Amino acid sequence: MAGKFQGIDFYDVDGLLSEEERMIRDTIREWVEDRVMPLIGEAYIERRFPTELIPEIAEMGMLGANLPEEYGCAGLNNVAYGLIMQELERGDSGIRSFASVQGALVMYPIHAFGSEEQKREWLPQLAAGTKIGCFGLTEPDYGSNPAGMITTAKKTDDGWVLNGTKMWITNGSMADVAVLWAQTGEIGDTKGIRGFVVPTDTEGFTATDQKGKLSLLASDTSELHLQDVHLPDSALMPETTGIRSPLMCLTQARYGIAWGVLGAAMACFHEARSYAVERVMFDGPIGGKQIQQVRLADMLTQITQGQLLALQLGRLKDAGTMTAQQVSLAKRANVNMACDIAREARRLLGANGILVEYHSMRHMANLESVYTYEGTHDIHSLILGQALTGIAAF
Amino acid sequence: MNITVCLKRVPDTETRVRISDSGTSIDPGGVKFVMSPYDEFAMEAALRMTEASGEGEVVALTLGDTTSQETLRSALAIGADRAVLLNGEVTMDGLATARALASELGEADVPLILFGMKAADDDQQQVGPMVATLMGRPCATGVSSFELTDGTVVCDREVEGGTERVELPLPAVITVTKGEFEPRYASLKGIMAAKRKPLEEKEAQISPARITVEKLEYPPARAEGRIVGEGPDAVPELVRLLREEANAL
Ligand SMILES: Cc1cc2nc3c(=O)[nH]c(=O)nc-3n(C[C@H](O)[C@H](O)[C@H](O)COP(=O)(O)OP(=O)(O)OC[C@H]3O[C@@H](n4cnc5c(N)ncnc54)[C@H](O)[C@@H]3O)c2cc1C
Ligand SMILES: Cc1cc2nc3c(=O)[nH]c(=O)nc-3n(C[C@H](O)[C@H](O)[C@H](O)COP(=O)(O)OP(=O)(O)OC[C@H]3O[C@@H](n4cnc5c(N)ncnc54)[C@H](O)[C@@H]3O)c2cc1C
Repeated sequence: MAGKFQGIDFYDVDGLLSEEERMIRDTIREWVEDRVMPLIGEAYIERRFPTELIPEIAEMGMLGANLPEEYGCAGLNNVAYGLIMQELERGDSGIRSFASVQGALVMYPIHAFGSEEQKREWLPQLAAGTKIGCFGLTEPDYGSNPAGMITTAKKTDDGWVLNGTKMWITNGSMADVAVLWAQTGEIGDTKGIRGFVVPTDTEGFTATDQKGKLSLLASDTSELHLQDVHLPDSALMPETTGIRSPLMCLTQARYGIAWGVLGAAMACFHEARSYAVERVMFDGPIGGKQIQQVRLADMLTQITQGQLLALQLGRLKDAGTMTAQQVSLAKRANVNMACDIAREARRLLGANGILVEYHSMRHMANLESVYTYEGTHDIHSLILGQALTGIAAF
Repeated sequence: MNITVCLKRVPDTETRVRISDSGTSIDPGGVKFVMSPYDEFAMEAALRMTEASGEGEVVALTLGDTTSQETLRSALAIGADRAVLLNGEVTMDGLATARALASELGEADVPLILFGMKAADDDQQQVGPMVATLMGRPCATGVSSFELTDGTVVCDREVEGGTERVELPLPAVITVTKGEFEPRYASLKGIMAAKRKPLEEKEAQISPARITVEKLEYPPARAEGRIVGEGPDAVPELVRLLREEANAL
């Protein structure tokens, strides 16, 4: 088996990080090594998210780590936040997904669009991991086109009533609170889409586990059913202003993914390299064969490119100048890179590569979900295409 | 109670080290350096003591070059209140290191000084007891747990086949082994707070080393394994080899 993971840094990217950023990265790396690696293979084949990790994830401050200290968060810069995502996904995309959803898709919208009351009530508990959140945007017939959603929120005298179905919702069954997006106006009215903070024990709210997955097995993916869910006025996030609002959340989460998948890619490369030098076939280690050297060289090149891409994106985000299109480019490029590396690593491992004792195939299968969620690869191509030509091709 | 923890920057125990061209030191290139694991136990012990009593400060002290700042920052990140770096060369001469530390510690007069039982790089187990000797303090080594009572410290030591309980009057020096001191992870807030905590640098009072390294060598390559047979039939042969060749039985 591969030795201890110590990161991949062919271009002294570490030299571009501050001492704190490195220390944060190393601390999470150590934690993943000690806590995630020993249990992740088993959790994966048992198809369960390892909830036993939540208290320590929270205690260390990993949830909503780039949100301000005033609400119980760690107040880190975005590069440090990205490095945390990288290390978590080195363990498993399911662990990173959990943290992404809680931080970027639940805590972020409450912080950005919520009332002061909603922030005070939910953010400290979400940061402490005593409450778990989920984000319900996608519907069975509205995936890539969430603006067309048919989940409705109708105004009543003293609040709102929600009806509809949300699908593919990460953390859905274990959540205590859901950030739900619904149409308050005519179907298709992009300005009518508003967000609600909904405790999952509200009458009419049910969640069912998505059966039959072959990817992201160590993650809770669920369907949410909303049948006459009555909510007080205070459940509405007052600053939500249409489809733009959930898309802003997705920009946050996609940013984390652009970093996270680097971790998955590094894990696969690390495994492949160690295997290549140890596995003897014919007259020597397979790492001594040109085919495998090309494979490894390609992997290293792509990881190095991806690192620099993510880091500069983080510096732009910290400077406040990052655009959604730049995030699309990084999500698209880095996820695609990680998918390729995971598959090549699996192949290099021969038959062992299909086993759960090794990590590459687990990452390979996971990354297919990551390729699809948070805007499919194709949709990011179209976002960039629109930015380049001024013509929308959706 | 105020506690000083002396710690050392060492290569990560998981790193594969290379001997440098000089043949007398390791090549630091590509090596990740960390706080020596035994020092982490000592730090954990100190933090638990001050947290439980709600008073006193924990100071991290090291002898080293400026790269040791990073190690001190990690001590501050997990909870030390302040840190002191004695700028000076670390050699194989434990007494030279002990003198430098003792001259600094002598000024501060803290009631309890903790060390890791040994440094994970040179394994010498010298510095803690030498500092105690230089300062004229009692010293317990290899302590797996301890308790402070009025004016004394009661220590459990791991000894062959059991534990030994000893009592020392304060001020005292203790070297710590893992025992119950599983070190904590730094929290992200702790890491951010670390840069705001004081880290003082001073020139070390260091005497020339009287022990020098002649040469370093890699351990001999392990001989290839041998299969002596399969199933229960192989047992007699295996036992014979273990007894006669390996002298393991
Ligand atoms: C494991 C997992 C977890 C998820 N977690 C969440 C969550 O927590 N919250 C949430 O709201 N959603 C979540 N999702 C949903 C995810 O965001 C959607 O699956 C995604 O947006 C794609 O939607 P879809 O599956 O309906 O595919 P579709 O939109 O039906 O797309 C099918 C295919 O058509 C392509 N396509 C679509 N439109 C176009 C076009 N105009 N031109 C060219 N090609 C097009 C797509 O690229 C894709 O290849 C999750 C999904 C998965 C798999
Ligand atoms: C599900 C499954 C079922 C199977 N069923 C059977 C079965 O019924 N009967 C049976 O006999 N076997 C079976 N196999 C074994 C299968 O044929 C071997 O796994 C395959 O031959 C590869 O051998 P390996 O796994 O030892 O990989 P290795 O030979 O160790 O190869 C590892 C990697 O190195 C590459 N490589 C190897 N040699 C070189 C070289 N000289 N130059 C460059 N690259 C090289 C390979 O392409 C691969 O990428 C099965 C395997 C699987 C996964």
